[in-house]
Amino acid sequence: MSYFGHVWSHLRKDLQLEWRSRDSINGMLFFSLLVVVVFSLAFDPTTAMSRQIAGGILWVALLFASITALNQAWTREQRNRVLEAQRMAPSPPSALFLGKALSNLIFVAIVEIVLAPLFAVFYNLHPLGQGWLLLLVMPLGTWALVCNGTFFAALGLRTRNRELLLPLILFPISIPALLGMINATTAILSGEFEPGLWIRLLVAYNIAFTTVCLLLFETILNAE
Amino acid sequence: MKRSPILGVVGIVSLAVTLAIIAYATRLALVVAPVDALQGNIFRIIYYHVPTSMLSLLFPYVNLVASLFYLYWRRRDPLKALTADAVAISSAEVTVVYASICLWTGMLWGRVAWGIWWTWDARLTSMLLLWLLYVSYLMLRKLSSTGQTNTLAAVLSVFAGIDVPIVYMSIRWWRTQHPAPVFGGDGDSGLDPSMRPAFWMNLLGWAMWGIVILTFRYMLERRRQDDEQDELLRSIDPWSEPI
Repeated sequence: MSYFGHVWSHLRKDLQLEWRSRDSINGMLFFSLLVVVVFSLAFDPTTAMSRQIAGGILWVALLFASITALNQAWTREQRNRVLEAQRMAPSPPSALFLGKALSNLIFVAIVEIVLAPLFAVFYNLHPLGQGWLLLLVMPLGTWALVCNGTFFAALGLRTRNRELLLPLILFPISIPALLGMINATTAILSGEFEPGLWIRLLVAYNIAFTTVCLLLFETILNAE
Repeated sequence: MKRSPILGVVGIVSLAVTLAIIAYATRLALVVAPVDALQGNIFRIIYYHVPTSMLSLLFPYVNLVASLFYLYWRRRDPLKALTADAVAISSAEVTVVYASICLWTGMLWGRVAWGIWWTWDARLTSMLLLWLLYVSYLMLRKLSSTGQTNTLAAVLSVFAGIDVPIVYMSIRWWRTQHPAPVFGGDGDSGLDPSMRPAFWMNLLGWAMWGIVILTFRYMLERRRQDDEQDELLRSIDPWSEPI
């Protein structure tokens, strides 16, 4: 089977498992909604500043929502010692990583598709810059979070305090990407400056870290 | 573990020399160097702030190189890999200490000289992020289960190494986009010649101190590794001799 055949098998497995129980998606959706509401109460959306801060709030909400999904993503592999079977299987380990990262991307994207219009409603947003660029920024930003997040969630698989460790490692590494996605979104929404620089930063970040994650996944899967 | 007496003597001599240099540098900094015309005596904090900042940017690379060696030697020569791992943890700890000193002295100086504890300009934010990255490295070391710690930490160190230049560039772009108020030139832009001996001696002294501390921590870590190896060997074969 080709490499992408393996990736597709892993992806299909995760999508099917999630479709049958749907707990991860439901949890994420509701959690993101709650975060948006809490932030709306904390930072009044009716003021003139709302356009400046909406981008930041959206991405922080998505960051916390994806943490909840990422923590659960690998527990699925630990039940019934599936992870040991994966390590022994002849398929390349990076295919397992890529399949899982893509499935997480799809889940977070579903949450975004539901959340973003809601956000526009709560904050009375319409983009003053080039709105279509959001279709570029959202996937790039989501992939930056999900790729590193899936990797670090696997890194913390056998640690104690596993759920605590993921945000501790993920947030510092992701800060450049967070800067990129928040500033790009704010640029598009407020139209006050050019998002091009930040989009290029996101692309460079994604290329660099996707490569490193694919190369190093086998090392951490067989860390003992 | 064989303990060479020559290395022991070298260690004590270098510690003595380092302490002497630090004492001399402290005297230069606090007594001999002239008082700054604009800022007064608080300016003397520069002799601690700038050397520790420069050194805190150097030790992460030691950590990165040691982690790469660890990953390379992990399967090929495990004993050398353990050495590399001991250097990695020691340099990470020294990085965190020096970055903490840099941040703390910077905050004190800023409070007295500019009236504010903190500002989100490019340099401070990058230093804060460096500190966060290496604290997260130490947290991973602490929380991961034994047997895996070294490899996972080495991988995180590679990520951190790639992230540091990206952080630096992105924070600079962020801050030129929303420029913070300019607080005058940096303290060492054109340091007066009468202040330079104090500055260079402090840089030398604290660099040597960092190396001394790294070496001590390295020796501690090697002894801990040896004890761990002996334990493992004894659990397999109770009659074996310690290595």
